[in-house]
Amino acid sequence: MYWYELMYLIRQFELMAEEKYKMEGKIRGFFHAYVGQEAIAAGCMTATRIEDPFVTGYRDHGLALAKGVSPESCMAELYGKATGCAKGKGGSMHFFGKDVAFFGGHGIVGAQIGTGAGLAFAEKYKGTDNVSLSFFGDGAARQGILHEIFNMAMTWKLPAIFLCENNNYAMGTSVARTSNVQDIYKLADAYEMPADSIDGMSPEAVHDAVARAVKRAREGGGPTLIELKTYRYKGHSISDPQKYRTKDEVEEYKQRDPIEHVLNTILENKFATQEEIDAINKRVNDKVAESVRFAEESPWPNEDEVLKDIVMEPNYPFIVD
Amino acid sequence: MARIITIREALREGMSEEMRRDPNVFLMGEEVAEYNGAYKVSQGMLDEFGPKRVIDTPIAELGFAAIGVGAAQNGLRPIVEFMTWNFAVLALDQILNTASKMLAMSGGQVSCPIVFRGPNGSAGQLGAQHSTAFESYYANIPGIKVISISNAYDAKGLMKAAIRDNDPVMFMESELMYGDKGEVPEEEYIIPIGKADVKKQGRDVTIVSYNKMMKVALGAAAELEKEGISAEVIDLRTIRPLDWMTILESVKKTNRLVIVDEQWPMCSVSSEIAYRIQKEGFDYLDAPIRRITAADAPLHYAPNLVAAALPDVPKTVNLVKEVMYMKK
Repeated sequence: MYWYELMYLIRQFELMAEEKYKMEGKIRGFFHAYVGQEAIAAGCMTATRIEDPFVTGYRDHGLALAKGVSPESCMAELYGKATGCAKGKGGSMHFFGKDVAFFGGHGIVGAQIGTGAGLAFAEKYKGTDNVSLSFFGDGAARQGILHEIFNMAMTWKLPAIFLCENNNYAMGTSVARTSNVQDIYKLADAYEMPADSIDGMSPEAVHDAVARAVKRAREGGGPTLIELKTYRYKGHSISDPQKYRTKDEVEEYKQRDPIEHVLNTILENKFATQEEIDAINKRVNDKVAESVRFAEESPWPNEDEVLKDIVMEPNYPFIVD
Repeated sequence: MARIITIREALREGMSEEMRRDPNVFLMGEEVAEYNGAYKVSQGMLDEFGPKRVIDTPIAELGFAAIGVGAAQNGLRPIVEFMTWNFAVLALDQILNTASKMLAMSGGQVSCPIVFRGPNGSAGQLGAQHSTAFESYYANIPGIKVISISNAYDAKGLMKAAIRDNDPVMFMESELMYGDKGEVPEEEYIIPIGKADVKKQGRDVTIVSYNKMMKVALGAAAELEKEGISAEVIDLRTIRPLDWMTILESVKKTNRLVIVDEQWPMCSVSSEIAYRIQKEGFDYLDAPIRRITAADAPLHYAPNLVAAALPDVPKTVNLVKEVMYMKK
């Protein structure tokens, strides 16, 4: 039920935000939707604790919502409002929620793989048993930083889990066209890192694989690479005409929709009645509608915010001419 | 009670004192632990602090810089040594796109207190790829601070300030100066970031420099003194934020400014100083602001080409005479 509600929230949030972008022009900038990949967020949440730090790339709305950044502050961030989860300074690609250990959406492909290892380094150094989860796409798997980080994470047995959300396309370039090695989980072999390849459309499969990796990391066994085979229904970004794939291919994946799948499981096993599902749907839809109302009514950031949050030092002498 | 120690010892004392004071401070980099540092800056630190806090890395500047940046966001205070700033270019993505921008992008939630340090600039006949001075590159970036030191006293006091600072700090040293000795107090001291130091008082001209070019500036001042020209010499110590007020106060007195800068000329530290002083001190200037920079070319290998490409005492003396209209 948690999975269903979370995935439905992410889906409805994204669809609403896309509408506000396309139909009303209230959201601007690059916008990368998580639609189709919700099962990953759901499975990861039930396999981790809130203190476990997450870091991801620019397709970050779903994971931020999953971690517990409020839909209101997420929508306000998309609107660029002062009440946003990054005060309107981040935008779609840079959601943050440090209080829920969400270390942000990052815009440089693959750079967050290093951040995640650093978050894990700090947890190990401080003697906690927290585990970091770093999310990246199949495109980022071709960046050099991945190899440098895999090497050090294994050498130092960092409590880091690397999750490759393989949605088949690095923007418009299919996995098959980016490397001789198409099974991304095999990249771990060069560092003798444990790795798994998982159906990323199934929250159960994601949960089980992440739970195994988390257990190993908490016990000092070091990192794991998990390749999550998933699919984004939407384009790479909101402006993507998607000429590199067929409509049939998209439809085929939609047949395996994770939300439909969980809903069917719930209803077939009578975990909940249709009425209860309807109540969840209404609650989520109300929440999303409320997030829009909140974002629209929120103020823009004050213009003096331009020179705030740049340095921690309170009296920094900015150059103003 | 003052002691005479080398710059490498001063840096080591600064780091070690801060590591004793704060368990969240640690040192990582290539050869910093078992090898005792490529330039022996971290000699003995592994013995004192152990492998948890003095960490050898593989040759992977982007990767270990990233781990430092991530650790800084999660409560630690890393010191990341680059064997030279020339190699740090591989890590620039982490410094520019992650460390410097995290506080802003997160709306003030995620800070990044980290020190990146290592030798910078030319160091003799090292060829083009080991000889670049990077102060101006990093000084261009909002959100970070840039320190470039010239002596043992500043090295220790500013290292301690850099480690305690809550923002990312770039700390630039010089291979050629690690053995330079200077006076350092017995008791603890910290030098605030962003304050220049007037090394020598003078009346006729102001010479501004930093890092090892301070030797050129002070050498030129000594030569000029013999000819009855009194030069005031300022060591910037911090490049960003730039303490232009100290320069301006000096120029108000001397009315002439010469900058000795190891950067390449385009968009250099001297460019920024010249802009600031012409704007704030136009009425005080009796001559154009002039500068000597590195030649507008990669540094070549041959010794005479190295010498020809870099600022030196005779060039500086000549330039001072030009701004004093003493040259034919």
